[in-house]
Amino acid sequence: MGFQVSRSGGVTLVEVDGQLIVGNRQELKQKVLEHLEAGDRKYVIDFANTGYIDSSGLGVLVSLSKKIREQGGELRLSSLNEDLRTLFELTKLDTLFRITDTKEKALEGL
Amino acid sequence: MEHDLVLELPSDVRSIEHAVEYVVRRCQTFEDHAHRLRLNFRVGLTEALSNAMLYGNDHDPSKRVRVEVTLTAGAIRARITDQGDGFDPCSIPDPTCPENLMKSGGRGVFLMRQLLDEVLYNEQGNEVTLVLRLNRALPGLEGGARA
Repeated sequence: MGFQVSRSGGVTLVEVDGQLIVGNRQELKQKVLEHLEAGDRKYVIDFANTGYIDSSGLGVLVSLSKKIREQGGELRLSSLNEDLRTLFELTKLDTLFRITDTKEKALEGL
Repeated sequence: MEHDLVLELPSDVRSIEHAVEYVVRRCQTFEDHAHRLRLNFRVGLTEALSNAMLYGNDHDPSKRVRVEVTLTAGAIRARITDQGDGFDPCSIPDPTCPENLMKSGGRGVFLMRQLLDEVLYNEQGNEVTLVLRLNRALPGLEGGARA
C-alpha cells in the first residue's frame, strides 16, 4: 500500500495503491505539495489499484486541487471504479474534478 | 444485548483500516450482500471511527473507541462509542451545497447517512449506531447507496 509517483512529459502521475483514508492522506498531500513547491503544475492521480476512499481522502483531493489551481496548475483523476465513482457522485465532487476512465486519457492534452 | 464482536481501539487513525477490514471479514457470511459490505458498511464504519478518534476523543491516545457489532439475519448493527463530550450531528452543514463543495472537511456524517440505512446518535452525541439492513434492496445506486 502506498503512493507511486512518476513524472513523464511534464506531468506528475501519482498512483494510489490500496486505500486513501484518514490514516495515509497526509502522506499523499505531502508528496504532491513537495512536487508543487518544486514547480510541477500538471497532475494526474490514478485510482486503478485503489480499494476505497473515505471523506478524509476526498477532503485531501479537494485541498490539493485548490492549491494546484492557485498555482495555475491542473489536477485530473483517473480510473475510478464503480464504488469510488459512487462516492464522488454522492458528494457531488464529480462536478469539481475532471475524471477520466484511464490515466492515458487523463494525460492526453494535459 | 449480547454482541457478536466487540473491539476496543486506541485513538490512533492508523488502526482504522485494520479494524474495519477485520469487522468486514467477520461479516462475510452475508455474501449475498458483499457489495454493500464492501462499499456502504466499510466506508460508513471508517467514517464513524475516524470521527470518534479525531473529533470525539480529540486525538487523545489515552482515550479509547469501543465498537460493538451485532449480526442478525436482517441487519448488521455497529455501535461506535468515544470518550469525548459529544456533538450535535444536526449542526453539520450539507457538504454538497455549492458554498461547501470546496471545503476539505465535513463529508463524514453525510456519507454515513447516505450509505447506511440508519444512523442513530445518542443524546450526548458521543455514540453512533450504524444499521445496514440485509433483507431488502434499497433504491438508487447499485449496492444501496442513496443518491
